[in-house]
Amino acid sequence: MTVDVNKTEPADTPPPAAPESIKAIPVRHYGRYVSAVIAIGLLVAIVYAFSQGKINWGAVPDYFFDDRILHGVGQTLLLTVLSMAIGIVGGILLAVMRLSKNPVTSSIAWFYIWFFRGTPVLVQLMVWFNLGLVFEYINLGPIYKDYWSSFMTPLLTALLGLGLNEAAYMAEICRAGLLAVDEGQTEASHALGMSHSKTLRRIVIPQAMRVIVPPTGNEVINMLKTTSLVSAVQFYELLREAQDIGQTSGAAVEMLFLAAAWYLILTTVFSIGQYYLERYYARGASRALPPTPFQRLKANLALFRRTPKAVTR
Amino acid sequence: MTAMVKSEGVHKSFGATEVLKGIDLEVAEGEVFCLIGPSGSGKSTFLRCINHLEKINAGRLYVDGELVGYRQKGDKLYELKDSEVALKRRDIGMVFQRFNLFPHMTAIENVMEAPIQVRGESKAVVRERAERLLDRVGLADKARNYPSQLSGGQQQRVAIARALAMEPKLMLFDEPTSALDPELVGDVLDVMRGLAEDGMTMIVVTHEMGFAREVGDSLVFMDGGVVVESGHPRDVLTNPQHDRTKSFLSKVL
Repeated sequence: MTVDVNKTEPADTPPPAAPESIKAIPVRHYGRYVSAVIAIGLLVAIVYAFSQGKINWGAVPDYFFDDRILHGVGQTLLLTVLSMAIGIVGGILLAVMRLSKNPVTSSIAWFYIWFFRGTPVLVQLMVWFNLGLVFEYINLGPIYKDYWSSFMTPLLTALLGLGLNEAAYMAEICRAGLLAVDEGQTEASHALGMSHSKTLRRIVIPQAMRVIVPPTGNEVINMLKTTSLVSAVQFYELLREAQDIGQTSGAAVEMLFLAAAWYLILTTVFSIGQYYLERYYARGASRALPPTPFQRLKANLALFRRTPKAVTR
Repeated sequence: MTAMVKSEGVHKSFGATEVLKGIDLEVAEGEVFCLIGPSGSGKSTFLRCINHLEKINAGRLYVDGELVGYRQKGDKLYELKDSEVALKRRDIGMVFQRFNLFPHMTAIENVMEAPIQVRGESKAVVRERAERLLDRVGLADKARNYPSQLSGGQQQRVAIARALAMEPKLMLFDEPTSALDPELVGDVLDVMRGLAEDGMTMIVVTHEMGFAREVGDSLVFMDGGVVVESGHPRDVLTNPQHDRTKSFLSKVL
């Protein structure tokens, strides 16, 4: 026998003695009201202070969609995406090398991580830029030959500097992810006759992704902001463009606020993307996927609508 | 009848601990071979040696007449490459105590994975076979469910279907019902019984004495890394000769 507990059923069919739900006066949380008032008060005070400062706020919307700013946003995004791509691919490769039974590859990976994590990324960027001191030419045999200085464009310097540095950090994140997958998975896969590489690609990495994605989201957002360093190697991205406008128009600080606003917008967009990516890799890990923000909003609204009805009954 | 599995003086150590101290036995083709014994007796380790998940330290182990993990030329042994080991594992199905289903794939994807990825069969052919296998283990309606949405018994039956999808000539069961609620054990044992009736060669490490008695053709009682007693399940279970077997059986029966 199954007992039907459907509340929306009309009342004319005698319900099979549904238990009466408890109606009690909820605990009052006065602390919450007090802290909310204090927080809002502080926020208002800070906003007021900034609005009264000697800042020409009008300059921010004036230049918000300026061609140079939009170009800078585009370059920042491009650099972030490409550097992260290099970082993720390199990181997975390094993590696999680090965990491999082959002592040569694992030592190489260890050394790479040791070096690239141990030196500041700004220094690495400048070294890439000035490597022409060591290698005068770049010579790939019959395919390509040029002076180092004309080969190393600002974009390539920025990509190599940021991407190779990121790979060292991603390697550790990926290693943690790979180690988090139960050994039984590898065994089951091997027992079915799957090779090491197939096991890794089809079984282990997809499961490791669940552990890898959240810290990688962190890295993406970090990378987005770290791209502001590459102005040191003559690459024009968001912050550099904003500073240039600031110097010519005399609204230097205003342009910094503008850049900050753009960075905030971009990180928000990435965070939303991260949420959905996490949701994708959570499939199979829990019985039901977590709701999307939109679904949660709908559920909350529905709850809101039903509550008064329950009270009037 | 030819021997599907032949073990001659198999030794296995983990560091200084010797887990298998010379195992000699033969499993005939089409036989249901049960391994029983207390935990730590080495029965699971022996099972894992058969498909080379563990390397043996001494002795010889043959599956279908071929050495496991090595190739013999003259009187020299050559270690097999990983790809060659993988090739041999295709013909040996294994079912684990903890199921080890791939959690990011649905039941039917679990079953289809190896035939597509390892044998390179076409998706349509494999899908048809996977559906038939899921139907055989009574889970045709759960094909689109993820393992986390299945009960333990259902997961284990999917795991059996997954192993069968490679059309193995030998099936290894490593305590397939030990992690299950008592209520769910029966379904899994029914599937295994059906397999035995179809003539599959099976080596079963188990604590299910009822299953061993009804379905088993041979039974081996292991303790401390050696075979203590072997024979027909009915004889060993009802009339054990060794004191160690008697005391073990008196506790589990």
